[in-house]
Amino acid sequence: MHDPAGSVTGLLGPSGSGKTTLMRAVVGVQVVKSGSISVLGEPAGSAPLRRKVGYLTQAPSVYADLTVRENARYFAALYGYDAATAERAIADVGLAKAARQLVATLSGGQRSRASLACAIMGEPELLVLDEPTVGQDPVLRDELWKQFHDLAGRGATILVSSHVMDEAGRCERLLLIREGALIADDTPAAVRERAGTDDLDEAFLRLIKAQEVAPA
Amino acid sequence: MSPRILGATIVRILRQLLHDPRTIGMLVVVPALLLALLYFMYDDQPMVFDRVALVMLGVFPFVIMFLVTSIAMLRERTTGTLERLLTTPLGKLDLLFGYGIAFGLAAAVQASVAAALAYWLFGLDTAGSTWLVILIAVVNAVLGVALGLFCSAFARTEFQAVQFMPVVAVPQILLCGLFVAREQMAGWLEAISNVLPLSYAVEALQQVGANANPTATLWRDLGIVAGCVVVALILAAATLRRRTA
Repeated sequence: MHDPAGSVTGLLGPSGSGKTTLMRAVVGVQVVKSGSISVLGEPAGSAPLRRKVGYLTQAPSVYADLTVRENARYFAALYGYDAATAERAIADVGLAKAARQLVATLSGGQRSRASLACAIMGEPELLVLDEPTVGQDPVLRDELWKQFHDLAGRGATILVSSHVMDEAGRCERLLLIREGALIADDTPAAVRERAGTDDLDEAFLRLIKAQEVAPA
Repeated sequence: MSPRILGATIVRILRQLLHDPRTIGMLVVVPALLLALLYFMYDDQPMVFDRVALVMLGVFPFVIMFLVTSIAMLRERTTGTLERLLTTPLGKLDLLFGYGIAFGLAAAVQASVAAALAYWLFGLDTAGSTWLVILIAVVNAVLGVALGLFCSAFARTEFQAVQFMPVVAVPQILLCGLFVAREQMAGWLEAISNVLPLSYAVEALQQVGANANPTATLWRDLGIVAGCVVVALILAAATLRRRTA
C-alpha cells in the first residue's frame, strides 16, 4: 500500500472487514499475524515514527474527567508542542467555545472532535483517522473534510476510514477492503469507471458482488 | 523516559483528581474518621491505640492507593486512552512513574493530614519522628500504586479490579504483625509474612514507635519496600503491551 505524501486516501469496506485492524497495524498497536509493516520508512509503532503519526481512534480516546483544553494540552505536551498549538487544534475542530468544558459533558459529536483535536496536534506527517466524521452534522463534516485537504496540501499523508460514500468521493485515492483483503485500490474516478456507474455506493456494491462471483 | 512527558503526565493525573472533589474529600477524611474510631475504641488503653494507630497510618495509604490506581489504570485500558497514548512518544515508564509520583503526592497530603490528627488530636505517642511516619506512609502508598498498576492488567472490569483488594491487601494486613507478632506465628505463616512487603513497612513503623532515632532496621525495611516498588513497576511495565489483538 503506497499512500503518496500530501494526499487523502479513503479506506472503505463493510463493517467487520478489517478497516480498524489495518489502521491499528499502521499506527503499531495491532498484533500482526504475518508480514511486516513499515510506515514512512520505519517499522510501524517504532519510537521515531510515533512523533510523526497522529491517530484518531474510532471511539473517542480523550479523558472524560478533563476539559477539552486540558486534554489538548496534555497531548500537545506528549508531542513536544506548546499551549498555543493546543489552542489552534481546538479551534480547528470548532471547539473553541467549549474549550473549558469537561469532555464528559460534551455531546457525542463534540467528544469525537475533542479526540480529533488531539490527533491533528502539530500537523503530523501521517494522520490515521478512524471514522472521523461519524455523528457530525453536514456543515461540520464539510468543514472537517476541508481541513483534511488543507493538511494534505501542506504535505501530510492522510488515511481515513468511512462508511459514507459521499465522503469517499472527496478522497484522492480509495482502498476497498472486504474480509481483510484489498479488492480495489484506485482513484474515485477509476473505481466508478471500472464498476460502470457514477454512483460510488453502487460501484462498491458491484465490486463486492463481482468479487463474490469470481474470488480474486 | 522523558522529563517533559513524565511531568505532563503527572500534571494530567493530578488534574483528573482535582476535577473529582468528592474523591479528594474521601481520600483526606476517611483515614481521619477511621483514626477517630480507633481512638474511641481504645479510649482506656492508650498504649494499644499508639500501637494500632501507628500501623494504620501506614496501612491506609497502601490500601487506598492500591484501589484508586487499579481503577484508574483499568479505565485507561477500557476507554482506549492507553492505546492512544502508546501511539504517541510517551514511554511506558513515563506513564507508570507518572502514576507513582502523582498518587504519591496525593498520598503525602493524605498521610500528613492523618498524621497531624493522630498526633495532635488523638495524642498518638511515638519515640521517633512524625516525618519518618509520613515518609513510610508515602512509600507504602507508592507500593499500593505499583501493585495496583500491575494487578489492573488481570482485571477486565471494575468489578474484577476491586476484588484484587482482598487478594492483595488483606493477607498482608493479617500477616504484617499487627494482630499476631510475626515471631509468634506458625513457621509457615511467618515464612509467608517474610516475603510480603507490608510486613517490612509495618516493622519500619514499629521501629519509629520504639526508637528516638532512625535505626538500621528501619532503613533496611524501607529499602526492602522500595525494592518491592521497583519490582512491581517492572512487572507492571511487562503487562503494558503496545500491540494487542
